[in-house]
Amino acid sequence: MKLINKRRRFLRDALALTGAVAVGGCDKLSETDWAPKVLGSATSLSHAAQRALSRNAMAREYSEADISPVFRANGSTDPQSAEYRALAANGFRGYRLAVGGLVAHPLSLSLDDLRALPNRTQITRHDCVEGWSVIGKWTGVQLSRVLKMAQPTEAARYVVFRCYDAMDDGSEYYESLGFDDAWHPQTLLAWELNGKTLPIPNGAPLRLRVPRQLGYKMAKYLRRIDLVDSFKSIGDGNGGYWEDQGYQWYAGI
Amino acid sequence: MASIPEDVTPSSPAAAPPARRLRRLVYRHTLPLRIMHWINAICLLVLLGSGLQIFNAHPALYWGQRSTFEHPWLSLGATQTRDGKLHGVTAIGSHRFDTTGWFGVSKANGQPTVRGFPSWATIPGPQWLAMGRAWHFFFAWIFAINGTCFFLYALWTRHLTRDLVPTRRDWRGIGRSIIDHALLRHPHGEAALRYNVLQRIAYLVVIFLFGGGVVLMGLAMSPRMDSVLGWLVDLVGGRQSARSIHFLFAMGFIAFFLIHIFEVIVTGVGNNLRSIITGRYLIETSGEPLRAKADCVTPERSKRSVHDGT
Repeated sequence: MKLINKRRRFLRDALALTGAVAVGGCDKLSETDWAPKVLGSATSLSHAAQRALSRNAMAREYSEADISPVFRANGSTDPQSAEYRALAANGFRGYRLAVGGLVAHPLSLSLDDLRALPNRTQITRHDCVEGWSVIGKWTGVQLSRVLKMAQPTEAARYVVFRCYDAMDDGSEYYESLGFDDAWHPQTLLAWELNGKTLPIPNGAPLRLRVPRQLGYKMAKYLRRIDLVDSFKSIGDGNGGYWEDQGYQWYAGI
Repeated sequence: MASIPEDVTPSSPAAAPPARRLRRLVYRHTLPLRIMHWINAICLLVLLGSGLQIFNAHPALYWGQRSTFEHPWLSLGATQTRDGKLHGVTAIGSHRFDTTGWFGVSKANGQPTVRGFPSWATIPGPQWLAMGRAWHFFFAWIFAINGTCFFLYALWTRHLTRDLVPTRRDWRGIGRSIIDHALLRHPHGEAALRYNVLQRIAYLVVIFLFGGGVVLMGLAMSPRMDSVLGWLVDLVGGRQSARSIHFLFAMGFIAFFLIHIFEVIVTGVGNNLRSIITGRYLIETSGEPLRAKADCVTPERSKRSVHDGT
C-alpha cells in the first residue's frame, strides 16, 4: 500500500518539477554561457539542411501588382555621421564604394561606375526577423559581377559589408555573407527601389539585397566591402551587428 | 476507474464478493511510445512558449504574400488613455476587445507593459527575440525528428492502422460517441482499452494536420526554403498566410491539450498517468478474465489479475 502511495507521490512530484523546470528553467538557461551555444547548434544543422535542399534555387519573383504600397524601413532610417550627412547633402555625387581585403584588384566605384555595369531588376519579398513581409522592386548590380572584377584571392571565405549607420551602442552596422549567398544571382547591390532612386530610410545610396535571407542581412548605407578569411576579429566576432546581439549568422530561417 | 487498487499482488483476500469483479493491469503503451509522448510534450511546451515570444516581436497576423499593415486579421495592440493608463486591445478583424492583463498589455516585473502575450507565457519571459528563436529552432528539430520517428514506429507496429484509423464500425457509431462524450460517459473494462472514434479522429487531426502542418508552415516562412517550397507558399496564399496558419495550428495544439487533460482527468488521472509513464493501465471487468480483444493492446503475458472483492 505504502509503496503505491509513495510511487504516486513521486510521480506527482516529478511531474510538477518537470513543469517548473520547463517553464522557469528556460529563463535561467538563457542567461548561461553554454545553453545558448547548445541551442545555436541547431542553426548550423538548419543551414546545412537548407543549403543541401535549396542549393542555388531562386527566390520567388513577384509581379508589379504585388508590390507593397510602402516599403517599410526598419532599424536605422537616417544615419547621422558627418561623413554620411555630407554625402547625402550632395546627392551622393561624391560616393565611392570601396572593395578591398583579400582581393587581387581593390576597387573604388562611384554610383555611375556601378550603373554602367549590366544591372538586374527583381521584384522580391523582404522578410523581417520580426515576422512581417513587404514586396519591392529592386534594381542594382549583381554582387557576383563586382566580386569578379575584384577577384577574391584563394584565402577569401566571406564578404563583409561595412555601413555608414552607427547603432545605439556607437558601433557601425556591418554584415557578412558566405560565398554561396554572395555569388547567388539575386544578390544585388541595389540603388533603386520601385523605379526610383533608393530613399534614405531604405538605405541610400546603396544597399545589399539577399532575398533568401532575413532583412537584417541586407545591410543598408554600404560604405565598403571587404573580402576576409574569417570575421572573428570584426566587431564581437559573430559576423554582423545583430549577430553580435545574439541573432543567428545564418538568417535563411 | 476512479478507484485504484492499493495493492495489485494476487494475494489480496477475496471476501466473498456479491458480484465478482476482476482487476487487471494491462500493458497498454510500449516504451518507445511513452518516450516519444514525453519528448513531444516537452517540445510542444518549449515551442509554444518560444513561438509566442517570436510572435510578440510583431504581434499581428495577415493573409497573403505580404503584410497589409493597416489590416491585420489579428493583432494584440495597446492604447493609452488620457490619464496615461495602458489598455491591451485585441483586434480580430474589425472587432476590438479590451484584454488588459492578458493580451496587448500585461504586467512584466510588476509594471503594465506593452507586449502581445504575457511574459509568463513566453520563453524566455522578457522580450528577447533572438533567444526565443534559438529555443524555437532547436526544439523544432527535436519535434520534427521525434514526430518522424513516431510516424515510422506507428506504421511499422500497425499502431497507426489498428489503433488510430477509425474502422467502419467506428464511423457508424460516431453519433453515439459524441453523446457519450458530452455526458462524460466513458467505457469501462475491456472497451476502455480501445481508442474510441472521437479519440481516433482527434489524434489523427493533431498528428497529421496540426503536427505535419505546423512544420510545413514553419518551413514556408523560411525565405531560403521558399526558393524550393514556392508551391506550398502559394498553396496557402503566401508567406503571411503561412505565418497565420502556423499560429492557428499552434492554437489547435492548445485546444487539443486542454481537451486531452480534461479527458485524462475525467477518466482517472492516476490510471492514465501510470499508463503513459509505466505503460500499465488498470481495467475492471466482471466475470471471467478475457484476453483483451482490443486492437490497441497486447495483454500482459503474465496476467496479474486480482479478485479484490468490490
